[in-house]
This record gives sequence, structure tokens and C-alpha cells, in this order.
Amino acid sequence: MAMVRLRGQLEKLAGSSQLSIEGGTVTELLQALEEEHPGLEGWFLDERGVLRQHINVFVNGEPVEPDATVEEKDRIEILPAISGG
Amino acid sequence: MTELLVGTRKGLFVLEGEAGSQFAITTRAFVGEPVDYAMRDARTGRLFAAVTSPFWGPRVWFTDDEPGAGEWQPARGVALPKGGEEALKRVWVIAAGEADGLVYAGGDPGVLFESRDDGETWQLNQALWEHPTRPRWRRDSGGLSVHAIVPWPGEPQRLALAISAAGVWLTDDGGATWSHGNEGIVADYLPEEARATAIDLCVHHLERAPQRPERLFLQFHGGVYRSDDAGRSWIDIAAGLPHDFGFPVVLDPADPDSAFVIPVTTEDRVTDGSVVVWETRDAGATWMPRDRGLPQSNAWLSVLRQAFAATGSGPGLELYFGATSGEIFGSADAGASWFGVATRLPAIASVRAG
Repeated sequence: MAMVRLRGQLEKLAGSSQLSIEGGTVTELLQALEEEHPGLEGWFLDERGVLRQHINVFVNGEPVEPDATVEEKDRIEILPAISGG
Repeated sequence: MTELLVGTRKGLFVLEGEAGSQFAITTRAFVGEPVDYAMRDARTGRLFAAVTSPFWGPRVWFTDDEPGAGEWQPARGVALPKGGEEALKRVWVIAAGEADGLVYAGGDPGVLFESRDDGETWQLNQALWEHPTRPRWRRDSGGLSVHAIVPWPGEPQRLALAISAAGVWLTDDGGATWSHGNEGIVADYLPEEARATAIDLCVHHLERAPQRPERLFLQFHGGVYRSDDAGRSWIDIAAGLPHDFGFPVVLDPADPDSAFVIPVTTEDRVTDGSVVVWETRDAGATWMPRDRGLPQSNAWLSVLRQAFAATGSGPGLELYFGATSGEIFGSADAGASWFGVATRLPAIASVRAG
């Protein structure tokens, strides 16, 4: 299981600042995150299942693409991108 | 005391004041985020905001607390079907329906959402989403949007919508089926031979006269129109206006022959150096300029379709409009004179008054 760290509104909606989630890729992990925590539905992925344009995902501190593989015990952070203004 | 809910590019601003003098900003919400629309449901007092976060997507929020005093809750279900090829881009408007608990929201891409629990949960109107003419709908510069939702007072099954750019849509069965209401609208941005069957009509705003619900007024992409048959057909009433281009329309609820528009030039979609509100009291037969107190030189303002609001009626009608320059102007005397309400706000997308 990877560990997802949430801040601010996301933490409030999830009810926790850290969640253990399983997923083969970043996109699959985010899908699982939204399914297991319905309050987060639509916050990361739009209805097409595409990562929202101005979100950055970091794995162990490194920026990654949505199709990047997520390993056991990876640390995931989901942060607003500076491209969003 | 009048409350203004002002949606801006950088958050929701709530202003309060007495008509005739500058208003005070009493609170802000969704700081830094684009708020496309905000309204207060007069039936319940609940506040709604349509926020288009560049990070987390578009969402409708609501609160029963006074602005700044409590938490906003995210509404559930304001989304397109999962796994499809489209995603919701923004929510343009939220409107109270004519049944208990019924609230509507309209958005991009040309979608209508309905709630029956005062806006906590929502469902997509499937009939409009799956309409067979949808492939012919066109985006305008603002997108493809349901941006005006006009209920029929006392008749919850009847509704009119304005879609840019797909024209006027009508339902008499609560949204189970939809028909066009485009007869008489002339799209001079299309070749003549294409106009008769055109669906891609860029309606900018739509309002219904509450005292005579079969009457509506429409601001078009080049044209101002009136309907006397519930939106099925339209009469050109732009003669007498300096320009037939504009975005918002506002009515005096007490007078079904009234309408107020803010004409802008077709070329650059801003006021032509002076800001003038034009009023009709004879259903568009004649128009009168109302500019006392408004800037009359070096003023090229853009007033968007949701940024002109009215509260009260008759002699007590108050009018307010906000510009993308961040200025808000108001009138305490039904447009006869105008005063400065606020300045230096972020670009204004919407103004609601109550």
C-alpha cells in the first residue's frame, strides 16, 4: 500500500491527512482514492478519468506522470500546480 | 439593507449597504478562486456558489450560515457521466425552481442539473444531455453553456433555458422533453441561406416577466428580442438602441413591459466610451438612456451576462451591475440615477442582489 498525504480541503474531505491506498499506477491509485473516499470524488480525476490539468503528483518527492508506477510504501503527494494561477 | 453577492475571478465578495451610497465588503469566500455565480435561495436563505477551481475542477458549494460565519459544503452529483468523453468545465448559473426543494444549475458543456433537496445532491437532466441535435451545438467565446434558467412562476413543469450557442430551449414537462424556441431570431453572423435552420444561436441572456410569464426578453449576439408566446417566437425590439450587442438583461418584476440592457459595440464588446443603461417601459417599442451618474468619457467597460441584477420592484426597484474592471454601479431609483457601489474588485463575472 502507498501512503497518500493530503492537505487543507482534501484532508478535511477525507477525514485524514494520510491514507493508505493501493494502485498500480498513479491514475489507478487516484481512482481507488476517490472510490474509497466518496467525498473526494472528482477532485483529482475528471469524468473522463483524466488527471485534472493543474494538479501535480509527486512520488517520494519527485514529480511523475499519471501513468507512473506506484510501489509499495511509496509516499504520494497531490498538490496544486503553479500553472493553475 | 441590500446584499450583493459578487462572483469574481478571485473569489466571492459579499457587499452590504444602503442603496444610494457606497457598499462595504462584509466578507470574502473562495479566496483566489474563480467564482462564476453566487445566489441566495430566497425560499430557504441558503447560499450557493459555483466555483471553477483551476486545480480541483468545477463545483457547486452551499451554506446555510451567513457568509464568513461558517463552512461551505460541496454539493454532490454536479458532474457528467463517468467514463465518457466529456468533463464538466464550469457551472454558469444556479436558479431556484418552482417546487419545494427544486433548484437548477446550468453549465458547460450545455448541461442542466436538477436538485430536489435544496441543492445538496444533483442529477444531470438526461433529456437535454442526450438531445439528438447536440452535435450541431456550437461553442461561443465563453464556451458551450446553459447560462440562463428561467422558471415559470407557479408552474414547476415549465422552464426556459438559454444556451450559447444552441439557442432557446423550452420544456412543459419538467425537463422530460425539450423543444426549440428560436423562431424569429436572426443570426447575422451566419450566411443568409443557413439562418432558417440554424441551431447554433448565440443567446446571451434571457429573462421572464413574472407578472406575465408568457413574455420573455432576450439579449442576442446582435439583437434584442421579446417573446409574447412563452419563448416559441421572437420579435426584434432593438430599434432605438445605439448598438444591438450586449450581454445582460434585467426586468422590473412589477412591469411586464420593462427591460434594461447595457449596449456595447459589436467590434470590441465594451461600452463605446460612455456607460449607458437603456430602459424600455413599452415592451421595446421605445428605449430611453439612463446614464446620470455613470461615467460618460473614457469608459470602455465589459459587463458580463450574469453581472446585472435587480432587487425590489416598481418605484423601489434597485439595479446593480458590475464590470470586468472591478467596478460596481447601482441605482436606487429604477435607473433614473446611478451611484458608485464599489471599485477595485477583481474582474466581475456575476452580481446578484437581495
